[in-house]
Amino acid sequence: MILVLAYCAVLLSFASCLPPLLMQGRHNLPALGRLRMPGSLEEQRAQILTRQAVFGLLGLSGLFAALAGVSVLVSGEVMTGRIGLGLPWLPWQVRFDNLSGLFFLIIGIAISAVSLYGPGYVSAYEESKHPFAVLSLFSGLFIAGMLLVLLADDAFFFMIAWELMSVASYFLVAFQHDNPANRRAAFLYLLMAEIGALAIILAFGVLASFADGFTFDALRGAGLSNAWASIAFALALLGFGMKAGLVPVHVWLPEAHPVAPSHISALMSGVMLKVALYGLIRFCFDLIGEVHWQWGLVLMIVGTVSALGGILYAMMQTNLKRMLAYSSVENVGIIVMVLGLSMIFMAQNQPQLGALGFLAALFHAFNHALFKNLLFLGAGMIHHQTHELNIDQMGGLIKRMPKTGMLFLIGCMSISSLPLFNGFVSEWLAFQTALQVDVIDNGVLRSLIPVAAAALALTAALAAACFVNVFGILFLGLPRSRHADKAQEIADPGMLAGPALLAGLCFLFGIFPGLMLGLINHVAEQLLGASLPDGSSLSWLHLAPVSAEQASYSAPLVLVGALIAAGICFRYLRRSPATVMRRAETWDCGFGGLTPRMQYSASAFMMPFRRIFARVWLIDEQVKKDRQGAMDQDVAAIHYALQIQDHSWPRLYQPIERAVNRTARLVGRIQTGNIRTYLGYSFVTLIVMLWIIS
Amino acid sequence: MNWLLAMSQTVLFVALAPLLAGWIKCCKCRLQNRKAPSLFQPYRDLLKLTRKQPVVSDQASWIFTISPYIIFSAMVLAASIVPLIAVDLPTSASADVIVLIGFFSFARFFLALAGLDIGTAFGGMGSSREMTISTLAEPAMLMGIFALTMSASTTNLSLAIDFVLDEGLVLRPSFIFALLSLMLVAIAETGRIPVDNPATHLELTMIHEAMILEYSGRHLALIEWASQLKLMLYGVLIANIFFPWGIAERITPGDLGYGLLFIIGKLAFLSILLALSETLFAKMRLFRVQEYLSFAYLLGLLGMLSHIILEGAR
Repeated sequence: MILVLAYCAVLLSFASCLPPLLMQGRHNLPALGRLRMPGSLEEQRAQILTRQAVFGLLGLSGLFAALAGVSVLVSGEVMTGRIGLGLPWLPWQVRFDNLSGLFFLIIGIAISAVSLYGPGYVSAYEESKHPFAVLSLFSGLFIAGMLLVLLADDAFFFMIAWELMSVASYFLVAFQHDNPANRRAAFLYLLMAEIGALAIILAFGVLASFADGFTFDALRGAGLSNAWASIAFALALLGFGMKAGLVPVHVWLPEAHPVAPSHISALMSGVMLKVALYGLIRFCFDLIGEVHWQWGLVLMIVGTVSALGGILYAMMQTNLKRMLAYSSVENVGIIVMVLGLSMIFMAQNQPQLGALGFLAALFHAFNHALFKNLLFLGAGMIHHQTHELNIDQMGGLIKRMPKTGMLFLIGCMSISSLPLFNGFVSEWLAFQTALQVDVIDNGVLRSLIPVAAAALALTAALAAACFVNVFGILFLGLPRSRHADKAQEIADPGMLAGPALLAGLCFLFGIFPGLMLGLINHVAEQLLGASLPDGSSLSWLHLAPVSAEQASYSAPLVLVGALIAAGICFRYLRRSPATVMRRAETWDCGFGGLTPRMQYSASAFMMPFRRIFARVWLIDEQVKKDRQGAMDQDVAAIHYALQIQDHSWPRLYQPIERAVNRTARLVGRIQTGNIRTYLGYSFVTLIVMLWIIS
Repeated sequence: MNWLLAMSQTVLFVALAPLLAGWIKCCKCRLQNRKAPSLFQPYRDLLKLTRKQPVVSDQASWIFTISPYIIFSAMVLAASIVPLIAVDLPTSASADVIVLIGFFSFARFFLALAGLDIGTAFGGMGSSREMTISTLAEPAMLMGIFALTMSASTTNLSLAIDFVLDEGLVLRPSFIFALLSLMLVAIAETGRIPVDNPATHLELTMIHEAMILEYSGRHLALIEWASQLKLMLYGVLIANIFFPWGIAERITPGDLGYGLLFIIGKLAFLSILLALSETLFAKMRLFRVQEYLSFAYLLGLLGMLSHIILEGAR
């Protein structure tokens, strides 16, 4: 029954590809084509109808996916099935368990929000330049691919679904292909996605060579030696890490996410990265089965580097969506780091603490999907209204777009992990996990884990600074450009409803995290065979993951306390009618004429950080002065240019690129272009082959 | 009954904060050969401000007017979970020390936004500097606190204090490092010399004052009160975690009275130290603060490592 819901979700997302194709088919009939004038009223109505049909189907798919996810999490069953497609001796195996269910829920919520948001957003695309049929076709395939990855129970099916997801999203990144930069970003994405896929295939291959078959059941039974298991782990980490955006294989993320349409980049950043994490979790905790603390240490270090690197690079971006993409690198880093902690505890025979870390990681994955979706959709709203993504060109939007401002603020507060919002709870759980280090015997681990915790604290503080900057420069102050000045609130109610749903969930799970943690606890129980002590530690009022003596956090009580305190001073202080607020001009030190250009910009806000962490980036800062006057004594204008580059390009990718080119040139020498030489090669190869087999 | 006591402890906390600020000012004036204002001057200032009509820039959005209330309530909440005169009160279970730091960052988030809201250069400058300093201070503070919580194996403040009381006077290297690191962080976070000067309005040096330059009337009163509360919170944290003796473990009038006397004494002593250091040291350049804070961070890290190597060895 639950499996049927999951199938329905997949089928509906496939079905969402169809309406525009059908419409186009009708449109191409010559008789109708002559009657209908492009741009006519009827044409427009048909377009709106198609859009609503597509996003309606997607929304239903999301609803079914979320429903399937919740019901499997509540029931705790494992469902298996098979689809009669694929290789003759290996039909596609399907398995739907709690881990898949959790990620189904994540995807379901995200798609539902996006399908509310979509119809209003895509109306801005010109039909002749960016046909809607293409967008809907590949969105449907992309979402179906992600859902199928979660259902797959054999390596073939997994890889087919994985490739469906990767390739479909390539076309989505390349959707606005008229800009050469977008084509380049899409190619980079495809290249890295395929290299990652190769690594994953090799990882499966290592497992499969020790097992009798390609089903996950057979792979689980493969008794690997430690060395081979470590090789498989390394390949999986490379493959899934490339998709998830771990440093240093993250470079496609900040290129590809900004150029896709906003609702797609929301899905890519909020959900597709989670599917990659699902793959990593499935591979390490389920298929390999036995984890080693050395792997945990590797994950922890890679995660910490990604978290710190991601947020430091995010701070320096002036393109809003690029900044959000880098911040995804940070959050994936946090998740992987906590997964590493969980692995360490599991390998050290502390299954309960392992479960705690696992819970923290999965809850952060869930939360990140919520708030990152919200922020990307918010970025889309701002872009829709101002046609601008450069943070330094914005300002004062909170007065022009108050509802968008409110929603974006909630997203910023969640991602900065402030109490009362969901991001804080998962970060709190991560700290609690790290603080349990005393139970570990290994001295190196005992001293490294707290350092990772400190890095996590620094990451959280940097994230708060980053998002104060972003919200402050975007929404507060005076508008810095005409576009920002002319911006208006979103008119389409659906475009507000989608983000509002996500914002509501961010707040709900910030106040009652126990709801979600209880469900995730089932996942840990099923996958790791360990869970947190009992239901009471995750009650709706108090959250005490280890024991009430060690730590507890009660968001409802905090909320009540905050309301009481704010309410008392609010009422008491505003009693007297003599002290009604008066509006006046801003104090300008008596000089007069405050202009928007006197405000701090995002680059100015980040200047102290740029100076303190200068080594982290490749900074190219140039100040040029135009002089005039008799002896060049007056400065007429000052030009300031700032360019910040990722270290990984000159350090890692350019050497690889050079090496590939060099090898290609070497190989090129044997390609003479002469047919006789090639015939000679074939002849020699044939002889050698014959010699080998004889 | 216990809830009532917890609430009245919070109210007492909030009420005493301006007194502490007055006392520090008094000590500082004496040390600098100046005539001191009355101890109760901060109360008078707050009262005066609440009676004035607030003037708000016409560029300000709702963030600007709501921020003082949010900042003040965050500090009140923080005060409600820090044991002042008694331990084992029910409020301490609702939030632990990590949440306490969360409250601080909540307040700071809105303070920095309010600074950016008006669109003046001063506000942005203050916000940028404040976020820089606090970003560096937060991990240092967490390091210091982790060194402590790992010894006590709890992040609940009240239980950590119980632990120190039970252990008696034991010389733990990790505690000494943590104490030094927390003191350095406290100075940075509450905006005292040598990181920031609360008495200046010189544009080159001000941090906290730059952000709140546009505030007036009751809004300013709330923000001033919140920063006095923050100062007292750090004072009580240091006094009660590292030297908890005297705090009421049982809830009897006598114990509570002693608890009050002891904490007032401890805070008075700490304030004298603060006034002394403010008199002896000059303010640092902004880009020296990172070195100061990384030193605090290093001390915290040393504290934690010494706990792991020296004390936790099994």
